[in-house]
Amino acid sequence: MTDASASPVSPAAAPSAPSSLYEQSSRTKKRNASEKRFRAYGLTAIAVGLMSLVVLLISILGNGLPSFKQTYIVMDVELRADVLDKNGNRDPADIAKVMTFGYTPLIKQAAQAMVQEMGSDIEGLTDKMIGDMISKEAAGQLRNYVMKNPDMIGTTQQFKFLANGRIDGYFKGRVTMESAALDGNVTPEQLMAADEMAAAGYMTTAINPGFLTAPDASDQRPEAAGLGVAILGSVYMMLVVLVLALPIGVAASIYLEEFAPKNWVTDVIEVNISNLAAVPSIVFGILGLAIFINFAHLPQSAPVVGGLVLTLMTLPTIIISTRASLKSVPPSIKDAALGVGASKMQTVFHHVLPLAMPGILTGAIIGLAQALGETAPLLLIGMVAFVREYPGMPPEGLFDPSTALPVQVYNWTQRSDPAFFERASGAIIVLLVMLVLMNLVAIILRRRFERRW
Amino acid sequence: MPGIMLFLILCAISATGYVMGRRKAATISGNDNRALHSNIPFHGANVALAVFLAGVLAMVGGSIIQSVVWQEDTSNTLAVVLTLFAAAVAFFVTFQRISLEYRARNVTEKLVKGVLIAAASIAILTTVGIVMSMLFETVNFFKQYSIADFFFGTNWTPRFQGESDLGMLPLLWGTMYVSFIALLFAVPVGLFAAIYLAEYAGPKVRGVAKPLLEVLAGIPTIVYGLFALITVGPMLRDYFAQPLGLSDSGSSVMTAGLVMGIMLIPFVSSLSDDIINAVPQAMRDGSYGLGATKSETIKQVVIPAALPGIVGAVLLAASRAIGETMIVVLGAGAAARLSLNPFEAMTTVTVKIVSQLTGDTDFASPETLVAFALGITLFVITLGLNVLALYIVRKYREQYE
Repeated sequence: MTDASASPVSPAAAPSAPSSLYEQSSRTKKRNASEKRFRAYGLTAIAVGLMSLVVLLISILGNGLPSFKQTYIVMDVELRADVLDKNGNRDPADIAKVMTFGYTPLIKQAAQAMVQEMGSDIEGLTDKMIGDMISKEAAGQLRNYVMKNPDMIGTTQQFKFLANGRIDGYFKGRVTMESAALDGNVTPEQLMAADEMAAAGYMTTAINPGFLTAPDASDQRPEAAGLGVAILGSVYMMLVVLVLALPIGVAASIYLEEFAPKNWVTDVIEVNISNLAAVPSIVFGILGLAIFINFAHLPQSAPVVGGLVLTLMTLPTIIISTRASLKSVPPSIKDAALGVGASKMQTVFHHVLPLAMPGILTGAIIGLAQALGETAPLLLIGMVAFVREYPGMPPEGLFDPSTALPVQVYNWTQRSDPAFFERASGAIIVLLVMLVLMNLVAIILRRRFERRW
Repeated sequence: MPGIMLFLILCAISATGYVMGRRKAATISGNDNRALHSNIPFHGANVALAVFLAGVLAMVGGSIIQSVVWQEDTSNTLAVVLTLFAAAVAFFVTFQRISLEYRARNVTEKLVKGVLIAAASIAILTTVGIVMSMLFETVNFFKQYSIADFFFGTNWTPRFQGESDLGMLPLLWGTMYVSFIALLFAVPVGLFAAIYLAEYAGPKVRGVAKPLLEVLAGIPTIVYGLFALITVGPMLRDYFAQPLGLSDSGSSVMTAGLVMGIMLIPFVSSLSDDIINAVPQAMRDGSYGLGATKSETIKQVVIPAALPGIVGAVLLAASRAIGETMIVVLGAGAAARLSLNPFEAMTTVTVKIVSQLTGDTDFASPETLVAFALGITLFVITLGLNVLALYIVRKYREQYE
């Protein structure tokens, strides 16, 4: 029903109504205004969508970029022989007996000496507060250094330690003097000392490579937490998915597209595939837990189980895109191959498949990118566990406990220290960069190799 | 022996089979392809493929028997013996068969076709696996907990000492409420975006806006979850919930719903876009010819014609929303509650599946098993919505083809 038919103009009234090509009647004005309004709704909708995207990206970048930088304290530590090597013979076994616990006093003393040297006179700054400004990770770092260089015992060396997460938060604007007064983990005095150290050049903010390489760290040391294990775990899972999902997906698509007879079995398979593509991801997690862990007794938190679950999830995507690219190969090529005596199998494997390959690979990469960001099913198969050990080399490493990038994000959001939120956003940036790279590869593949017939 | 070693050995035997099969075929034919029914490489490939398939089947079968039936995790002697035996048998049988008349190509192609069929049937196996894995544990759950209490109970208070109330209604309510808000946001935005892209936008705007909107669909849900947790949640709390005195919680139905709505925009818009584009141009031209403006044409001709498809798209989006996990885990909260206040934290079916199945789980207690019952409920709901949506979309497509 148009407006015209909704409110018919009676013929009797027609002559009295002014009608001119130069002047719009009120009804035309109304209709044109409604047209403009409708158009504006559409534009607004698109703007809302794009704005959401922009806000989302800005929020993540703004929260996450600081995690790539970290506050460090540079100080001289005396590696006292009477503490680290009581027998004095530099025997590695003896040195190894001193646990990280034994190194803590050395660092605390060094820090106190440094504050004294600066001539600081902050009221209420205790020695304990000074020691607590340095990350608890520092003792382990020092121990590793001494274990590697036992000859250095007895000398004084310069070290670059991570600052405590709250001190780091102060320089990043997360912690303020007011919030520190209410916080049990940091005092305003410590922040004042930090200001002085920064002014004296002992405290610097630098790029933190550990964020990409170090393993996760416990709740008290957000400053030391890194993504090393998570990235490795994700890469392993992608390997499993690639090795399994690509051949299986391609084989299934070839069958369905080229060989399958039109009967009810084929219909069942097709309906199954389109439904699997829409099954909630968490259901695949339940499947993985029940079949791979409880039934087949594969280890929990292992990349191989994650990879298997993600394979099952990615298969429908790969099959759908592979079928589309097989379909796009023109029948004339098949007819030509069959005409010169190739069998159907030879036609497919020698001609159709190579021609469809760029499209297939593009689809596979997009499916892989989807799998990389998947979180929910991995939570159920135990990937949330706290893992500090790097998994070994594949294939054995596939069975080692590990975690994955998106799960690490989830993990960090569950911690109490707000410094972990910054880390989580930083991890998202890493994840998004990986996704963008994968999609770029897919786009390049498509642009360079895909043929239009 | 590690499985990888066994697999490599199998590959080695298979490769040997290829070389030997080829050589035998070459010898008996005097290196003349024309004397044989099939080309020389097919004879080799036939042996290799038979060895490989027999070995892999035996390996999988042996491992299943060993770990599942015998409950033995430490050794895999049976699998090793079975695999090597099967490979050897396959080797000798196929090798023996090589002759001038042997139809190696046909046999090889049959084997390959078998492999292809097996790959295609994995889809069915997965579905069966999903249903079976949840069904068994759900039956176990209902042995310990009454069906009526689960489906119609209004209390969700799992306790680890037992005597839990595991009523699903508060979870279902939370799920529906979050999905409703998400759709309330996503459907108008997505639909209008689709209309604009399909009917108004020039090729330039379309070329930029459409891919950008689809980027939203490619962003992992954990990113949306974090966005809800650190940006949208606190913002809604500080600017709406607290000033209005509705709630003090950052995680709320509104938070999760809004963020999920953003996620669903591209689903609604790209599906609707396709459907609007499928409406024949002749219908629009007819409308223009009668003097209708563009928006009148859209409202009164295009949308009614595309309506079934759009409904299908909305149903698909709804099924997405109901099954979505990470956004609600991070955005909606964990308190099971039957309330109308959208700024209050509520929980959903998926959140509870995660919380009941992570951490220490005891697969004999109803508190853990309930997750499987929730899972199968979720599966049935989303499956129903999907089937309905696909049916509607397909039906509609046939109309205009």
